[in-house]
Amino acid sequence: MGSQGGFGQSKEFLDLIKSIGEARSKAEEDRIVINEIDILKKRIIEPDIPKRKMKEYIMRLVYVEMLGHDASFGYIHAVKMTHDDNLHLKRTGYLAVTLFLNEDHDLIILIVNTIQKDLKSDNYLVVCAALNAVCKLINEETIPAVLPQVVDLLGHTKEAVRKKAVMALHRFHQKSPSSVSHLVANFRKRLCDNDPGVMGSTLCPLYDIILADVNSYKDLVVSFVSILKQVAERRLPKSYDYHQMPAPFIQIKLLKILAVLGSGDKKASEQMYTIVGDIMRKSDSSSNIGNAILYECICCVSSIHPNPKVLESAADAVAKFLKNDSHNLKYLGIDALGRLIKISAEIAEQHQLAVIDCLEDPDDTLKRKTFELLYKMTKPSNVEVIVDRMIDYMMSINDNHYKTEIASRCVELAEQFAPSNQWFIQTMNKVFEHAGDLVNLKVAHNLMRLIAEGFGEEDDTADSQLRSSAVESYLRIMGEPKLPSAFLQVICWVLGEYGTADGKYSASYITGKISDIAEAHSTDDKVKAYAVSALMKVYSFEIAAGRKVDILPECQSFIEELLASNSTDLQQRAYELQSVVGLDARAVESIMPMDASCEDIEVDRELSFLNGYVQESLNKGAQPYIPENERSGAISISNFSIEEQHGSSGHSLRFEAYELPKPSVPSRPPAVSSTELVPVPEPTYHREFHEAVAPKLSVSGTGSSEIKLRLDGVQKKWGKQTYSSSSPSTSDSDPHKTRNGATQRDVPSSLSSKARDVSYDSRRQQEEINPEKQKLAASLFGGASKSEKRPVAGHKASRPNTHTTDKSHAEKSGPSDVGAVKASPQPPPDLLDMGEPTSISNATSVDPFRQLEGLLDLNEGTTAPGSSSAPKAPDFMSLYGDTSFTGQNMETANLLSTGSGDANLISGISHAPDRNGHGTGSAVTLTTQLSKGPNTKEALEKDALVRQMGVTPATQNPNLFKDLLG
Amino acid sequence: MIKGVILMNDKGKPRLVKFYDYHPAEKQQELIRRLYAVLSSRAENVSNFVKVDSLFGSDARLVYKTYATLHILFIFDSSENELAMLDLMQVFVETMDKCFSNVRELDIVFNFNKVHAILDEIILGGQVLETSSSEVVKAVEEISKMERAANSIMAVPSITGWQSR
Repeated sequence: MGSQGGFGQSKEFLDLIKSIGEARSKAEEDRIVINEIDILKKRIIEPDIPKRKMKEYIMRLVYVEMLGHDASFGYIHAVKMTHDDNLHLKRTGYLAVTLFLNEDHDLIILIVNTIQKDLKSDNYLVVCAALNAVCKLINEETIPAVLPQVVDLLGHTKEAVRKKAVMALHRFHQKSPSSVSHLVANFRKRLCDNDPGVMGSTLCPLYDIILADVNSYKDLVVSFVSILKQVAERRLPKSYDYHQMPAPFIQIKLLKILAVLGSGDKKASEQMYTIVGDIMRKSDSSSNIGNAILYECICCVSSIHPNPKVLESAADAVAKFLKNDSHNLKYLGIDALGRLIKISAEIAEQHQLAVIDCLEDPDDTLKRKTFELLYKMTKPSNVEVIVDRMIDYMMSINDNHYKTEIASRCVELAEQFAPSNQWFIQTMNKVFEHAGDLVNLKVAHNLMRLIAEGFGEEDDTADSQLRSSAVESYLRIMGEPKLPSAFLQVICWVLGEYGTADGKYSASYITGKISDIAEAHSTDDKVKAYAVSALMKVYSFEIAAGRKVDILPECQSFIEELLASNSTDLQQRAYELQSVVGLDARAVESIMPMDASCEDIEVDRELSFLNGYVQESLNKGAQPYIPENERSGAISISNFSIEEQHGSSGHSLRFEAYELPKPSVPSRPPAVSSTELVPVPEPTYHREFHEAVAPKLSVSGTGSSEIKLRLDGVQKKWGKQTYSSSSPSTSDSDPHKTRNGATQRDVPSSLSSKARDVSYDSRRQQEEINPEKQKLAASLFGGASKSEKRPVAGHKASRPNTHTTDKSHAEKSGPSDVGAVKASPQPPPDLLDMGEPTSISNATSVDPFRQLEGLLDLNEGTTAPGSSSAPKAPDFMSLYGDTSFTGQNMETANLLSTGSGDANLISGISHAPDRNGHGTGSAVTLTTQLSKGPNTKEALEKDALVRQMGVTPATQNPNLFKDLLG
Repeated sequence: MIKGVILMNDKGKPRLVKFYDYHPAEKQQELIRRLYAVLSSRAENVSNFVKVDSLFGSDARLVYKTYATLHILFIFDSSENELAMLDLMQVFVETMDKCFSNVRELDIVFNFNKVHAILDEIILGGQVLETSSSEVVKAVEEISKMERAANSIMAVPSITGWQSR
């Protein structure tokens, strides 16, 4: 081993890191690492490696694996290192195994014993190291092996150990709640630990446990409230303070727990109001952690039974967040607002401008959060603006995951709140056009069904209008390039079903269009299938109507192509078409009735019409039919052997076998608890028997016979005879478990999906009532007095102007609402509609100046923090002074020099939180605000947007209620 | 719970990777790559939070912060508070700074076993264990002392060079 670097590592390791740092490409880096792996592979198996050398090899392995290369050849050495008595080596070994292995790795079994031993060690550091490993490496099966020791540690004298033991139990609870369910009392007891740190760590498992079963822990509310009170009143030792806040992390955890406990429970909530109110009042909104607590308070308030006073201070806190320049706080403000509006929707009103600012913010995180908020506050009056915005945003992003999410939200909102059929179809078209392949195929089917069934129940003309508008829009859109497959399927289906229904388009026009689609997307079999079915429908409708069908040449060639298609599905459809076309009108009408896509087709699952035939055959002496799962021996052996192998690879080891090895006779399997396996030494027989019991899921079961048959199986690795004899009991219990698991999994999933359907339905119903309430509210909505309730300082100036517009609007919408049912439908409100009626433009023509005043007012507010943090800005830049640690010309000497102008991380740290938020940030927003201010047009546009998005249902679309209420 | 802690430099090279749920090595690499892509796409002076549910399952959030050439990333779910995580990151960095006196990227590269030890004192099994940097420093120093004692038995003093720093 060469010279020691200043970092305590060998020269080789230093060189490795250096050369990797200098690597110019990923390929070069890979070459270096692969070379390193080769070296390590050779070195690590050399005999008599000194331990410290071995330790370094292990660390190098960790490094190699961190860079993404396989170091599994060295795992066993890391495992061996955990057995070492030397603490340093032991810790290194534990560190390496926690990074290398997962809880199901085969080598874990070699570590469990060591962990058991270490948990009992006198040296608490060894115990801590073992507890660390326990958290990562113990799985459901091995929990019982270490559980007693960990529980014992709850009474350890060192609080660090107690804390970690609690955490380890929490981890067990996460992995298998049943394994520690009898220990909940211990958690409760630890809540009273004299060390606040231990108490604090107990909150983590309690939070999870309470989340799973709220009602059993209501008695703890008093304790939690009193703990929170003590913490907030600084009764804890000073050492728990963080940035002058008393134990903030404990406070946050407690508030989270209270939020769960108080949800929907008036009595429990009443105990919390005082303390939560106190904390909010005392909170320090200048520090990061103070705001974290404040935010948690808001979450808590919005979750528990509402109380007007606390709610008000929560709303104030939200206002503070939203007005802050820090994007982090704005983000939390938007999130908190989303929680609060569930309780009282008015709160959103005063923040309309702030919300729209966030929507236009370049920060993507903030934007998405704002869309989430809008999604929550969508209602019939603003659905159009919100969905339009969402679609615009959806078109602008590339992230498929988020695109999918936002597309499905658009669909959901559109389905729930669509003001008119026209709008609905257009919206869906847009969604499909831009994200068709991302949305769930179900959405496409829903759309088809919706078009087929229509909105209204009895209003046939509206339905046919809907259909013809759909047909028209599709005929227009279908020429566009690159339409997603799902959308094309919808188009084909609708054209086939309703293309000729209203008589506007001739059959040959529609069929021509359909064959155009098929031709343009000749690689997509699904689209072709939809297309040929659509053709069949159009033709049969023609025949049924008594008209003569002349198949266009391009359709003919398309059909002929499909007749010879490789896909049997396409071929069948084509042949069906051909034969349907050849039939007479009456037959066709009964095969392909008009507009019958929603009719239920009765299927005789029992095939009862064949009963006579079956009876006849039986009379003639035929064997009766035996259902497949009652048959035996007919299952293919090859299939079975696969299952067998699969079963043997399952992880079904028992560590007890290692501790108590007892000699046993392998030829005679010991009596097993289950009766199934006991008398069956012969594999083939056993197989059948087992097959009969668990037809599909006999995953392992045969493990016992398999061990006897092939000794080269995986489990042989652990080698002792004792094991193979004791294994039947474990591997036997396994299939039961899996079987149970599988069936259980099946049932709830079907149940839950049903439940979801139901809840969806009920929600829909609620939503359908909603507009009525809305209407009532709108007709009651005389002046916008509500919005004046609580004007906030920064918005004071801008407030009146929105107020005036609201009022003028309300005056206008008031009377029109009365006659809403009769009134002729207004055009749907446009996003930027400013010139709606003249009365409004009169009112708003005063606005810009007031608006400007308001913005200037805001600017005054923001200049203060901006200027105060400005001097820090250059300091910030200095952080980037020296950023080339890993630069190419880095030399070891340079590397080792401690002083010389290396960027000092901590100098950035101490101020970083404020600086990130304020320094340059405020300057930027300042300028944008200034530039926004004088622009009257933008202000006007924004105002119009506010009106439509906000809580005030400014414009009522009479059409809407007609549609939704039927 | 906290799902993972990652330290990477501004070129996307991982310096410390710790996931509290198991991910196979290739998956880890992919996650790191994609996280780096996320970081690269973020402008300056925007929030430190990113939703990463596409990478880590529903509800997953990422808090990141850049110290000189080093990005620190915490990934966690809804049971943690974003701002609090930002402060926890602060605790972590403060502790490293105390342990290495003026921590630099290279300290982390060469002493990642010690950095792991620090992290293990702060976060255990995905839960916040300790939030006071002085407590963490005390614990880590105690470990160092014990290890030194153990090593002196082995009579290889040089190996623990990093503790003297």
